[in-house]
Amino acid sequence: MTVGINEYLYLSAILFAIGFFGVLLRKNTLVIYMCLELMLVASTVALVAFSHFNQTMDGNVFVFFILTVAAAEVAVGLAIIVALFRRRQTIQVEELNALKN
Amino acid sequence: MSSDIFFYLFAALTAGSALAVVLTKNTVASALSLLVSLVGVAALFVLLDAFLLAALMVFVYAGAVVALFLFIVMLLDSHGGDRKPFKKTTLVAGSFAFVLLVLGLATLAQKGGLKTPAADTTATLVPVGASLRAYGEQLFTTYLLPVQIVGFLLLIAMLGVIVLSKKFEGLEDVK
Repeated sequence: MTVGINEYLYLSAILFAIGFFGVLLRKNTLVIYMCLELMLVASTVALVAFSHFNQTMDGNVFVFFILTVAAAEVAVGLAIIVALFRRRQTIQVEELNALKN
Repeated sequence: MSSDIFFYLFAALTAGSALAVVLTKNTVASALSLLVSLVGVAALFVLLDAFLLAALMVFVYAGAVVALFLFIVMLLDSHGGDRKPFKKTTLVAGSFAFVLLVLGLATLAQKGGLKTPAADTTATLVPVGASLRAYGEQLFTTYLLPVQIVGFLLLIAMLGVIVLSKKFEGLEDVK
């Protein structure tokens, strides 16, 4: 049995699910951020697999843009987390409830 | 085929270390597991003939992003914290997403999977993603506008980070 597009799609779905449940389960903002990155990476696996098995370049080029946006997002997000830590001395999401009620 | 063995090897590596990102309590260990997971994904890209993307993945993600994560983890000296106790909404959202995902995958498996043009004759697959020329042609013709937009986005992100990490002194209300 040779590996086709379906195996890559299953792997991509599994990675996305792991990232999603990480976002739901964890309290630490940094770990939640890492799980967001995992979800982005899962989508890139699917795109590259589509591109390879359909013999087109578009998926590969989209991964380019995803990488760029992810890099920008990480830079801004981590800057926000550092600013938040400076102000509130915590990055646990349970304690960041200033907007509650 | 030997590349099948490599696929399962790297898929297990990627998924296993992705699980470790979620499950370990130590934040540094989470970041390092993320690094292993990303290297596994880069290896999968090599199996899919996307050599440039594999290299970029290692440079951008494993090099820059994980290093940034580790730097921030050590700067903030943060602890992983316990796992959240399940709230009702979390439980409902999580199980709903789980059911949706399982349903989707089960449907895909039941229909016999996707049929691609090269599904049955894998030997005739041309490695489209292998040549740098193809990337260049696409990026500077079809995707020229997105390239410029993304360049602008990077500039804005850089300015945003500078402004965010600047200390405003004597402007207490701005904070």
